[in-house]
Amino acid sequence: MEILIIILSGILVAAGVYLILSKSLLRIIIGSSIISHAVNLLLLTSGTLKNAASPIFTGGNKQYVDPIPQALILTAIVISFAVTAFFLVLAFRSYKELGTDNVADYKGVPDDE
Amino acid sequence: MSILLIVLLPLIASLLPGILSKYVKGIHTGYFVLIVPVIASFYFISLIQSVLSAPIIKHYSWMPSIGLNFDIRLDGLALLFTLLISIIGSLVVFYSIHYLHKDEALGRFYTYLLLFMGAMFGVVTSNNVLSLYLFWELTSISSFLLISFWYHKQKSTDGALKSMLITVFGGLMMLGGLSILIGITGTPVISEIMAQATKIHAHPLFMLAVVLILLAAFTKSAQFPFHIWLPDAMEAPTPVSAYLHSATMVKAGIYLIARFTPLFAVSNVWTYAIVIVGLFTMCFASIKAVNQIDLKGILAFSTVSQLGLIMSLLGIGSLSFKAGHETLYYIAVTAAVFHILNHASFKGALFMLVGIIDHETGTRNIHKLNGLMFIMPITFTLTTLGVLSMAGVPPFNGFISKEMFLESVLLSTEHPMINTIVSSFILTLMFVGSLFTFIYSLKIIKDVFIPNNIKNNSEKKPHEAPVLFLLSPIILICVMLFISVFPDMFRPLLQSATSAIVSNNITLNHIHHFHGVNTPLIVTIAIIVIGSALLYFISKWQNVYQLWPEQLKLNNLYNFALDQSQKLSFEINRRLVYHSIRFSIASIFSTLLIITVYVFLKTDLSIYFESIANIRLYELILILIIVIATIMILKAQSRLFSIIMLSAIGYSIALLFVFFKAPDLALTQLSIETISTALFLMCFYHMPKKYRHAEEKKFKFTNVLIALSTGVIVSLIALVSYSNKHFTSISEYYIKNVYDLAAGKNMVNVILVDFRGFDTLFESSVLAIAGIGIYTLIRLRKTRGEQNEETTR
Repeated sequence: MEILIIILSGILVAAGVYLILSKSLLRIIIGSSIISHAVNLLLLTSGTLKNAASPIFTGGNKQYVDPIPQALILTAIVISFAVTAFFLVLAFRSYKELGTDNVADYKGVPDDE
Repeated sequence: MSILLIVLLPLIASLLPGILSKYVKGIHTGYFVLIVPVIASFYFISLIQSVLSAPIIKHYSWMPSIGLNFDIRLDGLALLFTLLISIIGSLVVFYSIHYLHKDEALGRFYTYLLLFMGAMFGVVTSNNVLSLYLFWELTSISSFLLISFWYHKQKSTDGALKSMLITVFGGLMMLGGLSILIGITGTPVISEIMAQATKIHAHPLFMLAVVLILLAAFTKSAQFPFHIWLPDAMEAPTPVSAYLHSATMVKAGIYLIARFTPLFAVSNVWTYAIVIVGLFTMCFASIKAVNQIDLKGILAFSTVSQLGLIMSLLGIGSLSFKAGHETLYYIAVTAAVFHILNHASFKGALFMLVGIIDHETGTRNIHKLNGLMFIMPITFTLTTLGVLSMAGVPPFNGFISKEMFLESVLLSTEHPMINTIVSSFILTLMFVGSLFTFIYSLKIIKDVFIPNNIKNNSEKKPHEAPVLFLLSPIILICVMLFISVFPDMFRPLLQSATSAIVSNNITLNHIHHFHGVNTPLIVTIAIIVIGSALLYFISKWQNVYQLWPEQLKLNNLYNFALDQSQKLSFEINRRLVYHSIRFSIASIFSTLLIITVYVFLKTDLSIYFESIANIRLYELILILIIVIATIMILKAQSRLFSIIMLSAIGYSIALLFVFFKAPDLALTQLSIETISTALFLMCFYHMPKKYRHAEEKKFKFTNVLIALSTGVIVSLIALVSYSNKHFTSISEYYIKNVYDLAAGKNMVNVILVDFRGFDTLFESSVLAIAGIGIYTLIRLRKTRGEQNEETTR
């Protein structure tokens, strides 16, 4: 199972990187959220995926899944959501102001030669 | 009085001219500044007796932990230089009082000049290579400031930049060379470095140190091909040219060579480089000097030429030091030291006189000047005396040192290490150099002072300068005449300086004017005869100069190199920085790839799995859905479709979380995915209709390549790290104590708010900041001065 999830993450990362390398802002944002999904999956895999109990304490000597990666992922999800939301509004605003969402057109003003 | 105080006096005093020029308007600031070099002169003159018997060595701690101290060593050589710096410094300051009008930025001028003086004292008295380097760079900086004193003139700033680039290049080379010496010997004190000479000679880095120090000396002392900064430095005010670019700073390289001769003389590179470069520079610059039309230009090339002469003498000194030819060694080194003294006297005076001519006629162009002989008789007399000494005509001091030079060169050709080809080459250079020195020297008199039939068209009506203005050159010429008449009076000083260079106590013979009829005298007579003839017919052969191709001039090469390096760096910058964002991202990922691949190749990593979970059908279906959705996004042509596919991925991952026993994650993921999709859809109407921008084929291919390999690399890293778990998880602790210590049963929540509560605090801050950011992005709009209407809406 772990191998499968790792390969899935690889596929997601590849897709994300490809999208980030494209020219449209929306595709770049989608690419970055896909990469954050892949990272979350990898984090989860670093714990254990074995069939054990949910991390809710019920007493006794039961086997639980690793709670630490879950806590880390929870934090990561929220942060990536905040960043995505900000990025989205930024893209929306820059499209409004600059009239294009093609990053190839986003060029700084060169210094005087 | 402490010697350190005198050395640092100019640096301390440099704080004052700015204040004085601002608040004491009645008196020329130069009069206050004059006190400093005069005190120093008297102090150093008073030291002569004690230095002649034994060098003064003092140690003052500054930064002992890194070895940077004021180690002062005042031996004969250093004393000669300090005397030159302080005495000519006094004369130059006095001269500048008349040269610079009160309207000029006097505070600035004297601040720079005092900085330079202090730096120069530091260079020649340092017994510590670190402080030597420090003061060395300070001379470059103050020289830069002085050359660009009239900074509104383009030529001044260009000349300053050129001198800065070249001398600082040399300075950095010197730092390298000196660092090697420190590295080998473990001490920054020069006298201690010298004591470990054999250890240094055996070291593999010895040759590198030789080359680096040679570069430093050649750039500072304007030797071929680094001489190009000196003629351009003539844009400085004339007192600066007289002081820095004839008498003191340009001799710093000579000083460096002289100082390290006992250490490096065993090296062939050192010896031959100095002899050949020195003689070639002498010859080349004297030929160039004949063709100059600016008086200061002639003197600049003349300085380069004379520096070459001194340099070659030191080289011959090293040569004979190595071969154990003691007589020649002493003669050559004494000639070098003697010529340092002579050159400082006549060249300083000549620069001042040229400045006077410039000041009184308004031009330095020799085509515009003519027949000043009767209009400015004192200037004429002084210039003639200086020029004759420069030309090496008897009975002046230039003649005596020139004779010693000729004698050394002639003797050196009998040296066993020099074969016939080299010796004839050396003799030609020597003869041509001396010949052209004679020609350009006398040409100054001929063109400027002797009346001829061309009308004088200077810009002002010329008249003789005031006596006080003439006082400094008069004193220098008197000193020069004194040396000429009583050369033997200076023998103790020369002896002491020579002893300092050769690090051996020597006794010099009487310095004569006339050695009887010998080869040097015949050569001198030949030079005078041929030189006079060539000068008489100068208009017939001067066109030869135009034969040299314009492109091959060193200045053009320098400009070309400077221009090209600027263009090149701009081009690199443009390609790397102004390129598209895609390029930057691609290079970031490629760097990551290259580094990881390198690490993978270097280390043998194993992939194995001891215990892995079984694959279940539901999970397999979800994974399939995710893969399909991902492919759909890549292929999607419309925005809506790709947003929906993105949320399909998000929801599937939430379901995966359910299967992997992560209820909190599943909840969060579900709700956040919903909000994100809503956000995407909200922006949907405002986003451009066109979802994709056409890519070039070749970009598309590299994108695919980079993306695929990044994915593979990430998977590989994950697989390897999963296979190499070395420690058991710390989660056992949390699982055990979640209820007993934190009174909660949901482990994830307890970790979030109790065990690792800080993460959560700042995660909420991130959310808050993003919220504020979004709010401001939407509400605040200001475009170039005008308040956008949407803010008021």
